[in-house]
Amino acid sequence: MAEVLQFCFSGLTVGAVYALVALGFTIIYNASDVVNFAQGEFVMLGGMVTVALAAAGMPLPVAAVAAVGVAAVVGVALHRLAIEPARGASPVGLIIITIGASIFIRGIAQVVFDKQFHKLPAFSGDTPFAVLGATILPQSLWVLGGTAAIVVGLHVFFERTLIGKAVAATAANRLAARLAGINTTSMMTLSFALAGAIGAVAGILVTPITLTSYNVGTLLALKGFAAGMLGGIGNPLGAVLGGLMLGLIEAFGAGYLSSAYKDGIAFVVILVVLFAFPRGLIGKRSAERV
Amino acid sequence: MRALLSSRWTTLGLLCLVIAALPLVFPSGYYYRVAALVWISAIAAVGLNIFMGYAGQVSLGHAGFFGIGAYAVAIGPARFGLNSWLCIFLGVFLSAALAWLVGRPILRLRGHYLAIATLGLGFLIALVLANEARWTGGPDGTAVPRLTIAGARLMEPVTWYWISGGLLTLGTALALNLENSAVGRALRALHDSEIAAALAGIDVARHKLRAFVIAAVYASLAGSALALFDGFITPDAAGFLRSIELVAMVVVGGIGSTAGSIVGAGLLVTLPQILAVFVEYEQIALGLIIMVVMIFLRRGIVPSARRLIVRRAP
Amino acid sequence: MTLLVAETLGIHFGGVQAVDDVSFAVETGRIFSIIGPNGAGKTTLFNLISGIYRPNTGRILLAGEDVTGLPPHRLAAKGIARTFQNLQVFYGMTVIENVMVGRHLREERRLVPAMLGLPSVTRQNRATRKKAHEILAFVGLDERIDEPAGALSYGDLRRLEIGRALALEPKLLLLDEPAAGCNPVETAELIGLVRNIAEQGVTIVLVEHDMRFVMQISDRVLVLDGGRMLAEGSPEAVRQNPEVVAAYLGRHGAREAGYARG
Ligand SMILES: Nc1ncnc2c1ncn2[C@@H]1O[C@H](COP(=O)(O)OP(=O)(O)OP(=O)(O)O)[C@@H](O)[C@H]1O
Ligand SMILES: [Mg+2]
Repeated sequence: MAEVLQFCFSGLTVGAVYALVALGFTIIYNASDVVNFAQGEFVMLGGMVTVALAAAGMPLPVAAVAAVGVAAVVGVALHRLAIEPARGASPVGLIIITIGASIFIRGIAQVVFDKQFHKLPAFSGDTPFAVLGATILPQSLWVLGGTAAIVVGLHVFFERTLIGKAVAATAANRLAARLAGINTTSMMTLSFALAGAIGAVAGILVTPITLTSYNVGTLLALKGFAAGMLGGIGNPLGAVLGGLMLGLIEAFGAGYLSSAYKDGIAFVVILVVLFAFPRGLIGKRSAERV
Repeated sequence: MRALLSSRWTTLGLLCLVIAALPLVFPSGYYYRVAALVWISAIAAVGLNIFMGYAGQVSLGHAGFFGIGAYAVAIGPARFGLNSWLCIFLGVFLSAALAWLVGRPILRLRGHYLAIATLGLGFLIALVLANEARWTGGPDGTAVPRLTIAGARLMEPVTWYWISGGLLTLGTALALNLENSAVGRALRALHDSEIAAALAGIDVARHKLRAFVIAAVYASLAGSALALFDGFITPDAAGFLRSIELVAMVVVGGIGSTAGSIVGAGLLVTLPQILAVFVEYEQIALGLIIMVVMIFLRRGIVPSARRLIVRRAP
Repeated sequence: MTLLVAETLGIHFGGVQAVDDVSFAVETGRIFSIIGPNGAGKTTLFNLISGIYRPNTGRILLAGEDVTGLPPHRLAAKGIARTFQNLQVFYGMTVIENVMVGRHLREERRLVPAMLGLPSVTRQNRATRKKAHEILAFVGLDERIDEPAGALSYGDLRRLEIGRALALEPKLLLLDEPAAGCNPVETAELIGLVRNIAEQGVTIVLVEHDMRFVMQISDRVLVLDGGRMLAEGSPEAVRQNPEVVAAYLGRHGAREAGYARG
């Protein structure tokens, strides 16, 4: 029982990070149809920039905010310098561009920072809480709480604010949004900034637990992508559920089956799911029209 | 002009010419090595282009088959005492069988779903190669026994230059023949409209599967060649980044163009070598090149160049 | 002889009953037209006959054989070819290659000979190309055979699709709004072309909004409305059927009703 609970805690913590990566994917995908393989680099930037700034003497909260800002700016740059000029390229072409961007960002990070692993201090100490025989780190609560806050915040943003509604309208129907006077290009840029910021927050929250380095982005991007697919691509709620589910499955798989194959579990799951539901778990089902 | 530029004999003739003439300008033996690496990657890219360029599908895990070919010639001879030549064929057989088995369900998927499924397949293959250390030597890799012909061990870069160059020429000829046949037309048709292709009598699922299996066989052969040439192999050969590199070769060179895949391979293999002086900046440069080519030469290098020439020509 | 029989065909998408209890029979060598307002289910009916959708109810017989639920490529092998209301041209290929694809079933399709480029394959390519060229001449497109398909005008693309379908040497040809987007001259040429095809013994089922076209050329006409059969009979009978007139006047505007009355 305690063991099961323990796996749940660790699974949900990791799953929350996957959920945030998948959410970033979804925001960008909905706004611009781009599958952004550089999403993991935002997570890396969040962690690495905070580490570097903190090491340079900045107080941790300030460093964290600055890192989120940096990631958002990188998101904007990604859209303006790489995606927007390639407007009209094939979907595969766009995927290749974002992969190029992720290699590029990783390369920069390797030069600006270093190739070492880095750690941040936990926000509220390292003394675990005991819950029904299992333990949970205070930092895990930060991760879960932060994720919940972001999900709620996004919901409010998209449903209640004018600019959020404009982004949502762009995602729903670009042409109609443009006809309604929305500057859809700006909204796409905003989506990239938002995705960058969300990724960075995930990176900052999780670095005290998992460490970070210049190349943690790729695997996170792949798993976030898998999580997004699991939930049905383009569905924000699905992305969050997919992420949490993936985290849990990984934790239990690593615990009961094989920890060496932990990183493969996400893909076994995604393959099995896609074989059974070729459009994702929550994806729309529609026949092709001719 | 257009007919001349798109003729398969032009592509094949140019390729032979380049392979034959390059050694005349090589200042040192090192260049044989780099060129051999280009030919080997190009073999995999030409195969992948059949799947991605002709049939319009996508595989983000193709290095998995490359890895199978590579480890077949590493594990077979070292652990089972099998003949290396036999192991090349075993690798091809394994890759083809896996592609055939997994291809049936996977190829029903489209677009991003196909992308993630193939990505997953490649990832899992690389993971198995890294984890089953008893057989594969684990993440650090394993030595590969050299190939022998009539008692002579093949290890000189010059030797491999000619072997891989010949293999590439053969692979290119087969790919170009395929393009210009009923099967090739079927692949290019289903690329544009699966429904119209099906109503023209094309068994769409079967032809996608054929393209996938062919591409897997090319990748496997290329993988075996690389392992035998290098004498050493690590699971990175099957990894995600390697898969992306293969896709980038096809796309950067010009998707659908066999000549383009070869040019793309040339670019993506030689550039890091040239930039190796600035090891630190290699990734930055690689990422930048991929982005710049994709943004400014959207069709890829060879089709863009071809259009330019056709337009300039009287 | 009866070539095509549809028996109580029906299909629904979610709550929409797109085709509902439709039955008809088409005699060999005839031109059979399906008309009806937008959304009546005409294209869906074609999608059922050509195997793109599987019907929820009913069956389809081709030359007496039950072909319900066969996949499109098997139906193509049994002699059904079609064109598309929303063009489905192979834009990555040249004009003649589009038609050559239509010869797929008449060609050797084994992989190894194709990759080896055996002389038999070269010979076959030449023969296929020759045949495709003849077909393009028949549909009036033999001047621009080596251009990319995308270079053709809309009306020519519709002919190209007909050419590709004919390359199959079908028994049954389904034409979905072949005159859509064509000017009067092109339409007149098209009527001639469809007649020529029928004269060669190909049975034609035609969906068309241009009533003059339909009334001039059809042996029988089926009227669909909201997925259901409204009437079926000779052009004369259908034209005078009060229900049809009412349906067209009531729901589809006076213009086409005017055509329907001639
Ligand atoms: N794949 C599908 N999914 C959902 N609904 C569909 C599908 N295909 C057709 N329909 C619906 O079935 C009905 C009939 O459509 P269909 O395209 O057959 O009409 P049509 O008679 O060809 O009209 P038009 O003259 O505009 O071409 C419509 O309400 C359409 O929305
Ligand atoms: Mg229609």
